Amino acid sequence: MRRLLCVLMFLAGVAMCSYAGEEKPEKNELDVPGVIFGHLGDSYEWHIADGAVIHLPCIVYDIDKGLTVFSSSKLKNGGGYAGYHLDAMSGKIVNENGERPFDISITKNVLQLFIVCVLLCAVVIGLTVWYKRNGYEKAPGGFVGAMEAVFDFVDKDIAKANIGHGYEKFSPYLGTVFLFILTCNLLGLIPVFPGGANLTGNIAVTMTLSVATWIAVNFFAPKKYFKEILWPDVPVFLKAPLPIMPAIEFIGVFTKPFSLTIRLFANIFAGHAIILSLTCIIFIAWQSGAALGLPMTVVSVLFCMFMNCLELLVAFVQAYVFTLLSASFIGLAQNE
Amino acid sequence: MGLLTPDPGLLFWMVISFAVVFVVVAKFGFPVIIGMVNKRKEYIEMSLLSAREANDKLAGIKSEGERLIADAKNQQQEIVAGAMAERTKIVLAAQEQASAEASRIARESADAIQRAKDAALSDVRDEVAELAVKVAECVIREKMSDDAEQKKAVLRMIDQL
Repeated sequence: MRRLLCVLMFLAGVAMCSYAGEEKPEKNELDVPGVIFGHLGDSYEWHIADGAVIHLPCIVYDIDKGLTVFSSSKLKNGGGYAGYHLDAMSGKIVNENGERPFDISITKNVLQLFIVCVLLCAVVIGLTVWYKRNGYEKAPGGFVGAMEAVFDFVDKDIAKANIGHGYEKFSPYLGTVFLFILTCNLLGLIPVFPGGANLTGNIAVTMTLSVATWIAVNFFAPKKYFKEILWPDVPVFLKAPLPIMPAIEFIGVFTKPFSLTIRLFANIFAGHAIILSLTCIIFIAWQSGAALGLPMTVVSVLFCMFMNCLELLVAFVQAYVFTLLSASFIGLAQNE
Repeated sequence: MGLLTPDPGLLFWMVISFAVVFVVVAKFGFPVIIGMVNKRKEYIEMSLLSAREANDKLAGIKSEGERLIADAKNQQQEIVAGAMAERTKIVLAAQEQASAEASRIARESADAIQRAKDAALSDVRDEVAELAVKVAECVIREKMSDDAEQKKAVLRMIDQL
């Protein structure tokens, strides 16, 4: 279904491009790639609506200047602060010489990350408090019950099913990863302020998560796991003069987290991109008049609704897949 | 392309944030929640087991009660049957005794009657004898005036005796 939609989208895009190509570029022509990548990427401010912008703090460190903190409102309209300004090409903060300082600004994505963390910690601490207060003899209902079901699902159906013996050591990590990705995905689907940033569609986030899995796989593996990599159980000619199998195994150690990184990133990124593209159809269609604008608006809204439902499913499925694969990699390392 | 190169700033914050979340969730939240879930599972299993045991016990008590009732009924029947037998035995014995007594009394009264009859007869006989003697005296006194006659009478009597 999703592939079909992608094809449809592509055709629509091609049609529009050719349509747009015939006309002369107007002053108020919509910059579709700009809008889409602007929303998918990061920014120093959180744009809610026209006129409603949250200016976030910029924190940059330069060896010469030291630590500098200023509001991103200083950067508006080509402005700058203490020599820092936005690079026209990348949209990032650079110094006078056009070099990137060490930039740990609280950007839109970072703030979204903080919101996710606070939400998760609040939920988990809330649950713990509930259990402290009610004990185990009372079965929770409502939200606590739902969260308990999620935890139990990760513990029994993901960790225990894939790791087997000794799974207790890893299931807290898997639970954290599952909840983290799920929360990021779901918040990413909310179009306005407390959500909407493209966190799990950002390679830095997915990379951190897969590196964490990589650490869980390799740092806690038994000796047998490393023996299987360096001297696998295959005919000698495959490993003696030329270490063919060890090389393959060694590459495999790094391709696993790489695939995790790309899978989550690409899925969420694509979902956001499709929804944004569908929304952009409305504006593109209205540029050529109400006759095209009205029907295309209806089509776009219907498609957007459908995509949002699909993304809701994808949000869960991708969190599940990441956790499941992490668990199975850990299981392979533990019991190889 | 900028999308595929991780931004160091976000990476920095992500590592810190994820570490914090990991510590909170994995150290404080997850073990507590899973521990509670497992404890509750045990508790439920235990409750089910004890409920089943109680049920079995109850069924045992019920059958025991039924057995007791059946026993009591049997005993009652036995007692009733015993009492009936006893009653007939007593009645028979009483009847026997009564008839024996009756025959004894009858016999005794018959004896007494016989004795009274005998006594009465002997009395009557004595009376008759006396009367006869008196009559004889009178007769004899009348007739004794004639010696010859007397002699004859005496001789007749001696012959008769």
